[in-house]
Amino acid sequence: MKAARVILEALKREGVDTIFGFPGGSVIPLYDALYDCPGITHILARHEQGAGHAADGYARASGKVGVCIATSGPGATNLVTPIANAYMDSVPMVAITGQVSRHLIGLDSFQEADVTGITLPIVKHSYLITSKDDITRTIREAFHIASTGRPGPVVIDIPVDIMKEDMEFDPDDVPPLHLPGYKPTVKGHMKQIREAARVIAAAERPVIYAGGGIIISGASQELREMALYGHIPVVNTLTGKGGFPEDHELSMGMVGMHGTPYANYALSQADVIFAVGVRFDDRVTGKLDAFAPHATFIHVDVDPAEISKNVAIDVPIVGDAKWVLGELITELRKLELSPDRHLPWMEQVESWKRDHPLIVREPDNGEIMPEWAIHKIWQVTNGDAIVCTEVGQHQMWAAQHYLCRHPRQFISSAGLGTMGFGFPASIGAQVGSPGRLVIDIAGDGSFQMTLQELATAVQFRLPVKVCIMNNQWLGMVRQWQELFWNSRYSQTCIECQPDFVKLAEAYGAEGYRVSRPEDLEETLRIAFASPAPAVIDIRVKQEANVYPMIPAGGTVHDMMEREL
Amino acid sequence: MKHTLSVLVENKPGVLTRVAGLFARRGFNIDSLVVAETEKPELSRMTIAVDEQDQNVEQVTKQLHKLINVLKITDLDPAGSVERELLLIKVKASGQTRGEIMQMVEIFGARIVDVTAEVLLIEMTGPREKVGAFIDVLAPFGIVEQMRTGRLAMSRGRKAT
Ligand SMILES: Cc1ncc(C[n+]2csc(CCOP(=O)(O)OP(=O)(O)O)c2C)c(N)n1
Repeated sequence: MKAARVILEALKREGVDTIFGFPGGSVIPLYDALYDCPGITHILARHEQGAGHAADGYARASGKVGVCIATSGPGATNLVTPIANAYMDSVPMVAITGQVSRHLIGLDSFQEADVTGITLPIVKHSYLITSKDDITRTIREAFHIASTGRPGPVVIDIPVDIMKEDMEFDPDDVPPLHLPGYKPTVKGHMKQIREAARVIAAAERPVIYAGGGIIISGASQELREMALYGHIPVVNTLTGKGGFPEDHELSMGMVGMHGTPYANYALSQADVIFAVGVRFDDRVTGKLDAFAPHATFIHVDVDPAEISKNVAIDVPIVGDAKWVLGELITELRKLELSPDRHLPWMEQVESWKRDHPLIVREPDNGEIMPEWAIHKIWQVTNGDAIVCTEVGQHQMWAAQHYLCRHPRQFISSAGLGTMGFGFPASIGAQVGSPGRLVIDIAGDGSFQMTLQELATAVQFRLPVKVCIMNNQWLGMVRQWQELFWNSRYSQTCIECQPDFVKLAEAYGAEGYRVSRPEDLEETLRIAFASPAPAVIDIRVKQEANVYPMIPAGGTVHDMMEREL
Repeated sequence: MKHTLSVLVENKPGVLTRVAGLFARRGFNIDSLVVAETEKPELSRMTIAVDEQDQNVEQVTKQLHKLINVLKITDLDPAGSVERELLLIKVKASGQTRGEIMQMVEIFGARIVDVTAEVLLIEMTGPREKVGAFIDVLAPFGIVEQMRTGRLAMSRGRKAT
């Protein structure tokens, strides 16, 4: 058997049935093997960045490891952004890149790039295979590393001459895992867990601050049980959306720069913050010394390096969120918490919610308000769609107004903030969730970064729906220019843009345009019901801003709650 | 604060770059770095000397732990460990100064390893301060060239570093 085929067989042994990729000289043997390899579907993207983000969206929607392939040199460098993106949001991904033949490595050969070198700071781990004998072991290790502990991307760089060699493959001969330096801690320290339970039981103003770790570890049930038993309000991060049902009375919604006022008030006034699967990102904390000044911090994370990285933690617990929460609930139950032990706090939280709600501005003067459009999308889909987003204002409006009840429902580039992520991610999510309605909430700027993947959606009959919140601006940057740079709109106006309806049609997808509020709902229903991929160009108010907003490095006192 | 990190790693290509990258990315300067095989050929020992705030060293240590090829890290406490550097130094030695230099060599427990008409090549090991002091006393004679290996360190007592 050719080594290229062995690569595919080894992937199959890891449960891979779908690969996203794009061919080229150094992976021709691999694509030759794919040509007649049963059991693997290859989704041909139109740019390696698209393939990488699609693998990412696939992984986030399905919980499986996303796999992408690119050729050496430019193919591989086009994967750099998706790899960095997956790294920042802890997404399990294996990226296989072709490399030039071994005897050409290091000679500036045609389409040679030092891929393991370039990606070094943005991978969980990487391999440069130097012998066919290492193929099966490496693939086994790569999947194990990518998917366990704190997940992340693993790069496997394979010289093309190795792929062409002949070798044996025995599917039952599974190479043993030998990773002496890699032992993620799943079980948290019981003494710490008991201490956490004691601190929570004694809290007068407790808050749960829940992040993407809840979703990664599949801990939503446990989180819910803990919040309900302890009667503790829950704030979530952007990646944590859906980890706790956002329509639940204990949900305070998203926290941080564009979070709800009440989530930010709650954190700032809390006396105990139970942080789980979060990393105290600067978009959440704002000014660090002023962040939650009264709080005792408990932090659960599978990655010990996250503990006390940004905020000093009083009760650290290293372990898997699901495992730790399970034990913690048992400990809390032993303490027999009374549900009304912090009534004044719950009243306070309720009054914040009542007095500072998120505002959905109704259409004004025949103009569609962007958050109203998101709210409509939410209504039309009963809040059940898988929602991907690009990056910018529309992303924040989507996070605020598309309330999620389930994990793996909201897929957004949080850590890296990659424009152009959402559309290919929605393609991957659709591949991973056939039959589900998958929507990309896009900005007109972001969509133009990866829109060529329309061809992919059409070719593979993936009926994703791109809802462009078209404000003809690079809106989020324009908002910053307006608020902090004297409205000097340098290079953020993008009025010159394609006719998105014709563009969609040119690719063989459906195109819709909505300019009047009264047409929105009907158009959404038609587009969402269609079996074809569709682009819906929603003309929204051009210079609307996202509120609330806490300026970068600010505190809850600096919050701008609404348009002045 | 000065720290000596003793890092046990898998002896594989690229591991040094991964380790060094974590320091470089944070703008930390590595004072010295010694890498060599251990008693087990599949493992290498890196001894990394840095001068950084404790908190920063703690963060970089945690990040080092995340590298798949890193097995163990010890932040060696000076009192509980033995630290050595190797110095090779070439000093101008004329007829009159030669005797004086040889006396210094004796006092510091160093060794002369090469002799020519104009220079002496001296080898010396010791803790960093002692090596520094030795260089200071030789300086007036005229140092042609000096090389130091950087810090090696091992914990005292029965347990392995
Ligand atoms: C690849 C990339 N380049 C630049 C940026 C900086 N950036 C952040 S938001 C934004 C504007 C996005 O515009 P658009 O997609 O139209 O969304 P809007 O903010 O208007 O909703 C820009 C340029 C980025 N996040 N990603």
